[in-house]
Amino acid sequence: MQLARVIGDVVVTRKDENLVGITLLLVQPLTSDRQAAGRPLVAADSVGAGVGEEVFFVRGKEASFPFHPAEPAVDAGIVGIVDHWDLG
Amino acid sequence: MLLAKIVGTVVATRKDPRLVSNKLLVVRAIDPRGKAEGGYLVALDTVDAGVGETVLVVSGSSARMASGMKDVPVDAAIVGIVDAIEVNE
Repeated sequence: MQLARVIGDVVVTRKDENLVGITLLLVQPLTSDRQAAGRPLVAADSVGAGVGEEVFFVRGKEASFPFHPAEPAVDAGIVGIVDHWDLG
Repeated sequence: MLLAKIVGTVVATRKDPRLVSNKLLVVRAIDPRGKAEGGYLVALDTVDAGVGETVLVVSGSSARMASGMKDVPVDAAIVGIVDAIEVNE
C-alpha cells in the first residue's frame, strides 16, 4: 500500500458497466515528508474519501476486492483514510 | 488507473485468436492538466473510444476484468471516456 493525498476527481460517463456507481478519485502519492512523489493516478474509492484527505491505496487486481463479489476493472483503489501518520 | 489521450490506432492481422474483433489503440499517458508525459502504450478498447479523446486505462491483470476481456492476453484496457477532470490542490 502507498500513502497519497486525494487531489481531485474524474467524471466518466461512458464506462465499463462494472465501474458504474464507483467513485473515481485522483490521488497523488506522497514522500515521507508529504511532498508529491511521481505522477498522480486515478483510484477507485471504497471508503468515502474526499478531496484534501490523506489516504492509503492498493495497486493491482487487489484494488477490486473491496467491491466483492463484483469484479470491476480497477488497478488502484483507496482502502483507508489516514487519521495521522508519523515516522517516529 | 492512468489518464491517457488516444493518439492513434493499431492494425494487426496476425495476432492471438482471442484478440480478434477487439480494437487496438495507441494511447499516451497525460497528467491531470492534460499534458502528455511518458511513453506510448497499446490498449484494447472496450468503450468505443476514438482518436483525440481522453480516457481511463486500466493496467495489469485488472485489464482482463473489463467486459469481454476474460482470458484475453491483454495488460492495458480502455474502460472509460473521461468527461472532466477536477483538480483541487
